[in-house]
Amino acid sequence: MNYFRYSSPAAFYPLAGTLARVFGWIAVLLAIAGLWIGFAIAPTDFQQGDAYRIIFIHVPAAWMSMFIYLVMAFWSALSLGLNARLSAMMAQALAPTGALMTFIALWTGAFWGRPTWGTYWAWDARMTSELILLFLYFGVIALRNAIDDDRRADRACAVLTLVGAVNVPIIYFSVQWWNTLHQGSTISLVAAPRMATIMLTGMLVMTFAAWFYAIAVALVRVRCIILEREQGAAWTSQLTEPGKS
Amino acid sequence: MSEFLTMGGYGFYVWGAYGVTVLVIMIELVALRARRRAAESAHAKASAR
Repeated sequence: MNYFRYSSPAAFYPLAGTLARVFGWIAVLLAIAGLWIGFAIAPTDFQQGDAYRIIFIHVPAAWMSMFIYLVMAFWSALSLGLNARLSAMMAQALAPTGALMTFIALWTGAFWGRPTWGTYWAWDARMTSELILLFLYFGVIALRNAIDDDRRADRACAVLTLVGAVNVPIIYFSVQWWNTLHQGSTISLVAAPRMATIMLTGMLVMTFAAWFYAIAVALVRVRCIILEREQGAAWTSQLTEPGKS
Repeated sequence: MSEFLTMGGYGFYVWGAYGVTVLVIMIELVALRARRRAAESAHAKASAR
């Protein structure tokens, strides 16, 4: 099987539709399972009471906000290096969902910070760099809208995305590099997690739900972008016939 | 049930966090559906010519 076949929008369009539907349903099922674990099975925390239950959306959203940016940077690099238009479309499709995840991370962080730290917001390194991430997503979207020519917009957005990628390690390591109000990481790839197994399970299930949600939404959006941008290309005329899309 | 809603006194914060999350996800899904419909109908019009 030749996988490069799917680097062409014409071949990718129907595949993206099928995948989006499958991933969307997986996301729904995982979210139900994750919320069930998070609210029905996981016990009340002995220090934080029930306020800690915000973790089941805060941490997955914060991880996704950084991860989506890195994927966006990957597609941007590919689109610059190979001049591949589908890669640029993928980067374009990810930006709004990345901004959404960043907003959720900031918002739920504020609503968690208030009862546990006594403040909704502090200008510490973790929160400030996450806010900058939100502005980077907004910047990429605004830049795209400001340039009429799609291919020029692709290049400009790719450069901005790649320059902004330096912020992601800053967010990730901010709790080590600076003295922050935000706590250090509880989960590490190299050490045992410092939290109860059932809470960790709920959080990971919600992370996979967020993952599948982001993929599904990005695939639906890339289909819209293909339709919007490839208008007039001969192959697209078959796409919107009844029963085909 | 009311115990569930009050979240041990943290109801405002827990439901404030979850509520807004659900709200923005709904906004994204509705906006995306509108965009898909607009793209499909613009495209159907263009290819009918």
